[in-house]
Amino acid sequence: MTIEQTAETSRRREYREGLRHGFPIACGYFFVSFTFGILGASLGFRWWESTLISMTNLTSAGQIAGVKTIAAGGSMFELALSQFIINLRYSLMGISLSQNMSEDVNGSKRALLGFGITDEIYGVAASRKMPVTTVYFLGLMTLPYIGWSLGTLFGAILGDVLPATVTEVMSLAIYGMFIAIVVPAAKESRRVLFVVILAAAVSCLMYYMPVLKEVSVGFAIIVSAVAAAAVGAWLFPPEDGGACRE
Amino acid sequence: MSRFLMCALVMMLVTYLVRAIPFTVFRRKVRNRFFRSFLYYVPYAVLTAMTLPAALYATGSMAVAAVGLLAAAALAYRGKGLVVVSLAACAAAGLATCMIHLLG
Repeated sequence: MTIEQTAETSRRREYREGLRHGFPIACGYFFVSFTFGILGASLGFRWWESTLISMTNLTSAGQIAGVKTIAAGGSMFELALSQFIINLRYSLMGISLSQNMSEDVNGSKRALLGFGITDEIYGVAASRKMPVTTVYFLGLMTLPYIGWSLGTLFGAILGDVLPATVTEVMSLAIYGMFIAIVVPAAKESRRVLFVVILAAAVSCLMYYMPVLKEVSVGFAIIVSAVAAAAVGAWLFPPEDGGACRE
Repeated sequence: MSRFLMCALVMMLVTYLVRAIPFTVFRRKVRNRFFRSFLYYVPYAVLTAMTLPAALYATGSMAVAAVGLLAAAALAYRGKGLVVVSLAACAAAGLATCMIHLLG
């Protein structure tokens, strides 16, 4: 095989691996965005409007807050601010993911791939043991994007043909995925376990405490994650400084 | 342009820029030890904060959600992959829902 052929084969392998890792995300997204489509329809959005929002935003919490703000006649400023705060966690994820990217991923490629940073895609890519290449990341975002868009379309058109109990049970798929990423890492490292317990504690505190529970969901996630990761880094900087992901 | 399209454009732009700017601009490997460890812990902290306690309220019943999440955790602990763990969460929660309907 020539060098070009070898490179081509490895690119294909990377893309296919991305597709494979993206499949469970796509399934979870289909169900979650199906419920988003139902929500949009119930708020008076046309099927193409909800689908357009999903195809251009690719995020759950932000979109839900967005359609609620639009339906309530909120201002453009309120809309922009809510999107900014709820999605601010993606900035943090972008910086974190940046550390795990292969050297070949230049600025313009990043500008394209950046669109695909979601909680789940980030979670899978950032915890990958090997550096993340452009084709792997493209493969990883392909099926979730299709699942997210199609799910919204189906949900918006079919409305609530499925009983609520069925869609609710399906919505656990996404959390199952998070668990599949976190639990093995916490089992392997006590430091990760400590950070995970701390993050859960702060998150619950912000959910149940009288004043704190007024904070928006997106902001609560940022606060919990930053606090837990910072305490973890302060108490237990790994000897290799987290280099195991390089 | 209609109000809807304006709103959709604002949502798209804000969401995209918040994602892409730090990812595109921040390219150097971080050398600072604290910040490196911090970034190492972030994905696990983010995923946990999104799961708890929100996932407990994802279904109509907290017990059903807890059954699904525990099943997922047990399989993840035994090293099962993403698809298996996600499907197990749904299947266990589905079974729990059926049980509740049968018993109730």
